Amino acid sequence: MTRIDKNSSGGGNAVTVRGMVKHYGETKALDGVDLDVREGTVMGVLGPNGAGKTTLVRILSTLLKPDSGEATVAGYDVLHQPRQLRKVIGLTGQYASVDEKLPGWENLYMIGRLLDLPRKEARARADELLERFSLTEAAKRPVSTYSGGMRRRLDLAASMIGRPEVLFLDEPTTGLDPRTRNEVWDEVKAMVGDGVTVLLTTQYMEEAEQLASELTVVDHGKVIARGAIDELKAKVGGRTLRVRPADPLQLRPLANALDELGITGLATTTVDAERGAVLVPILSDEQLTAVVGAVTARGITISSITTELPSLDEVFLSLTGHRASAPQDTVPTTDTREEVAV
Amino acid sequence: MSAATATVPVADARISLRGHLRHTGALIRRNLLWIRQDPESMFDAVLFPVIFTLLFVYVFGGSIGQSLGGGQQQYVQYVIPGLLAMMGMNMAQGVGTGFNTDFNSGVMDRFRSLPIGRGSVLFAKIVVEVMRMLVACVILMIVAVLVGFDITHWTGLFASVGLAALFGSALMWVFLTLGVVMKSAQSVQAMGFLVLMPLQFGSSIFAPTNSMPGWLQNFTKYNPLSSLADAARGLMVGGPVAHGLWVTLAWTVGLTAVMAPYAIHKFRTKS
Repeated sequence: MTRIDKNSSGGGNAVTVRGMVKHYGETKALDGVDLDVREGTVMGVLGPNGAGKTTLVRILSTLLKPDSGEATVAGYDVLHQPRQLRKVIGLTGQYASVDEKLPGWENLYMIGRLLDLPRKEARARADELLERFSLTEAAKRPVSTYSGGMRRRLDLAASMIGRPEVLFLDEPTTGLDPRTRNEVWDEVKAMVGDGVTVLLTTQYMEEAEQLASELTVVDHGKVIARGAIDELKAKVGGRTLRVRPADPLQLRPLANALDELGITGLATTTVDAERGAVLVPILSDEQLTAVVGAVTARGITISSITTELPSLDEVFLSLTGHRASAPQDTVPTTDTREEVAV
Repeated sequence: MSAATATVPVADARISLRGHLRHTGALIRRNLLWIRQDPESMFDAVLFPVIFTLLFVYVFGGSIGQSLGGGQQQYVQYVIPGLLAMMGMNMAQGVGTGFNTDFNSGVMDRFRSLPIGRGSVLFAKIVVEVMRMLVACVILMIVAVLVGFDITHWTGLFASVGLAALFGSALMWVFLTLGVVMKSAQSVQAMGFLVLMPLQFGSSIFAPTNSMPGWLQNFTKYNPLSSLADAARGLMVGGPVAHGLWVTLAWTVGLTAVMAPYAIHKFRTKS
């Protein structure tokens, strides 16, 4: 068996997927997916429930066999070199894949031993990772007593024990409250800082924007858009600025003023009369400054100005012309298993 | 792959024997820690031998003992080797349900994404269950002595425990397979009950078979639980051993040879 030498393959792709297909009866979980993740980058795979995200991760981490198609991870063939591949990947699933009944430390030590670390090194690595993920105090408590955020952090720590080259994060913050979500994001950013290649699946544009440099949007097992986050944001209009004049009568003049500014070029301002606000799509901080400048120049008093990221629904609407196939929550509270049970 | 793509050779992916032992060891530690975390999980191993010994000796002991040409004391000598034969079966039943629950937990995905032999997860489970069974055997013998069991052949006792552990491990493979294949822990339990009930009572465990109808006597001759009870009885208190021993060993080898690879295969391919 041979491994594709990443150093001489030029492109430096840590993950390549070609024509990946996986059907469950009538359901096409994956329907011909191609994907490349460059080494050292974070690829976000964005899509609603049932889009095929988890199926893709399960195939790439050798938990599931595809019906057809091929893929390599860190130079190893998913179908023919699963054992070598497992040595160089880390996996954090939607549902904490740690042993609930064992203490946190024992979980990490066990995984260290399963990854063939000598006893002493496995102990040191468990201590080190608990420290890094701020779990040292909970080290001896069974995981069943941990909060959702602690569990997810332990799960991330468990994925890092073998110093993986490629890390799969399957909806790492689904089901977490916003504060805990930020904690997990910080940890992921730190891991990326270590040079790990990450493939991240998510339902939230905000999460993709926080963590990923490139994005692949999937729906019904198909890739419907891909590119750098900024390109895609430009396509879908980036952020939306919500400007509220203090006097509702100023709504129309404010909208006119911003239209005259002509900053967006892509979309025009819209008036949300119900909530007394003008919505302006913007692409950059400079444009935000320009809007504020224009408002000041006209002498219009504003009571609030907020920026909003497009929701998954809006992304889908602008990319495909239809809404995301599954109902979406803006706050991650869903606790249903994604996709057909596998 | 383009012709320009260079390839480099990789190390042999096979796992060494030491690797297998290391992985199984780490997983045995996991299963033992479960017991430390939840000592109540030892209740079955501790209480089953106590309750069954007291129940059978004091409820049926008098009347069956009489038909054996003695009394309750005669029955103690008869039933203790039979109960020893049941220890493995009792533990095996729990293995299926426990493993089914374990299998459906997230940590299995972690194990399956690690570079370990998939069999390690199952081997570890069996090693720990055999340990639990040995604890049950020790408790059984303590209770047995307390109700008046006379250990005449110590070597026979150890041989019987060893044979019971071997057959127990074979049964555990059967139940591990059920645990992997069946959808819920409840159905594993129901299935186990249905299969084991006739094996357990259609045997020489609790009473001699000579008053049973001919067809049932024939069944007991090749019923592994009955054979194991006969062999243990012969080894511990004297009597014929050979037939029971060979039938038990044949079942042990046969079940293990078929079920162990099947369980590992099912475990590997189930996703």
